[in-house]
Amino acid sequence: MNKNIDTKKIIISNPLKLDCGKEINNFPIAYETYGELNSEKSNAILVFHALTGDQYVSGKNPITNKDGWWSYVVGENKPIDTNKFFVICANVIGGCMGSYGPSTINESTGKQIGTDFPIITINDIVNAQYELIKYLEIEKLFAVVGGSMGGMQVLQFVANFPDKAKLAIPIACTSSHSAQNIAFNELGRQAIMADSKWENGFYSNYKLNPDKGLAVARMAAHITYLSEKGLQEKFGRKLQDRDSLRYGFEADFQIESYLRYQGSVFVDRFDANSYLYITRAMDYFDLSKQYKGNLSDAFKKTKTKFFVISFTSDWLYPTSENREIVIALNSIGADVGFVEIESDKGHDSFLLEVPSFLNTLGDYINSTYKIINERRI
Amino acid sequence: MKEEFNIISNLIEENTRVLDVGCGNGDLMKFLQENKTKDIRGLEISKEKVQNCLSKGLTVIEGNAESDLKQFPKSSFDYVILSQTLQAFLNPELVINELLKVGKKVIVTIPNFGYWRVRLQLLFKGTMPVTENLPHEWYNTPNLHMCTIKDFYNFCSTKNIKIYKSIALKKSRISEINKSNLNYKNLDSHLGIFLIES
Repeated sequence: MNKNIDTKKIIISNPLKLDCGKEINNFPIAYETYGELNSEKSNAILVFHALTGDQYVSGKNPITNKDGWWSYVVGENKPIDTNKFFVICANVIGGCMGSYGPSTINESTGKQIGTDFPIITINDIVNAQYELIKYLEIEKLFAVVGGSMGGMQVLQFVANFPDKAKLAIPIACTSSHSAQNIAFNELGRQAIMADSKWENGFYSNYKLNPDKGLAVARMAAHITYLSEKGLQEKFGRKLQDRDSLRYGFEADFQIESYLRYQGSVFVDRFDANSYLYITRAMDYFDLSKQYKGNLSDAFKKTKTKFFVISFTSDWLYPTSENREIVIALNSIGADVGFVEIESDKGHDSFLLEVPSFLNTLGDYINSTYKIINERRI
Repeated sequence: MKEEFNIISNLIEENTRVLDVGCGNGDLMKFLQENKTKDIRGLEISKEKVQNCLSKGLTVIEGNAESDLKQFPKSSFDYVILSQTLQAFLNPELVINELLKVGKKVIVTIPNFGYWRVRLQLLFKGTMPVTENLPHEWYNTPNLHMCTIKDFYNFCSTKNIKIYKSIALKKSRISEINKSNLNYKNLDSHLGIFLIES
């Protein structure tokens, strides 16, 4: 969380009108790039991160010292090969990795903005990132790619900028956040706000951190990223470092210990207010409502090629919701491919080593790059 | 296979919009893309085959023709192709109706159950026919509704479906089917290819 991160950053001076009505300007966007932009500027891929992701897609994340969040997909000789493509990823506004967010210091007060930060939407998040593309002077991206909330940004990007990407790959996402997903997000927010150290969002003024609440939010969310079968196979009723039950509330079971660990490492790298703002942005996402209830209208102006991917065991963003995107695109004769990948790894499948996903994605991107360049669209 | 692809390709005008239903590994799509039109889509039920198609950069959707053709608007394709899969559907009539809605013209190819080699097996061996074109045993065949060239021809006339062109294939020999030679073609051809319109 803003621990003197030495990150690439630009300041956006153009005022950005947010959906909530407020306007922001002179705000930072932190980003990272991988590979090199070719002379025709035709090999750029913009990757959008999910709820708790950041700009460090590949290589070592300098904050966590762990591999970038999409290391299976992006990197040298990976499905999105950085020997070939110029990959860009920005931290979303509302985030806590250097882009404008609730933990940004307000220069006039010297304090974190906290919950004085305006409510943002996926639309605002995408519009802010478009400023980065303009700054990098890229007229047309080869592709926009992202999973989960990253996929929502892919859809919003093409709707907002119909001629700025040749290819769009929304993965494991939805065009409209479901009641179940809003419910889980609300659970996480309530856990944070119920922590007495939250202080209405101004915890940093008191040198506090609602880490218990944030950890519980993460634990609950983490369950939704897995599948019942995956959990059962990995953990079952196995006990943690003990031979028998202790008749208490310690972590007897491995699954408890695992979730507690996930919660505890998360609070070291993520800001509680960012969690509130970004989950809210996801809940507000309803692309078809933006187009008066007709999702197809969001894509009417675009010639962008689409490839939609879902996973069999993903119950958070199930195949049926991904299929709705495909149906909306087909009903206007758009160019859309779709596959549901077999995997037991739940929603997290898009982040993990799932060979049929990685192979199909990589082969598709490479053959499409070849076909599009040959045709010179 | 190659012969069938050539015949289908010859039935299609250049630079038209084509949908291949049950596109398998995308061989026909690739063939048409190289010879006829770039604007071609596929629908396929097998995940593995869909992944193969996508890996080649082909635009294919995983789905079932019996339920997923509905999402395409009326007449949104110049041609819809159904190559040797009609017999595998639970409800072939429904599928034909859907194809005729989505496509301005429809190309259907059917492995002919009336071919003499097929008939002889049942007649003399007394077992369900297994041929080069119909390689499955009765207990593992995906083919639920086998039909003959004559069956399909009669089906079209009963349902008032216009037959633009009907072609019989035997090995690599191509001939036209018409009312007067129907019985003979039905006996002597392994594949029937029909260009139809509602």
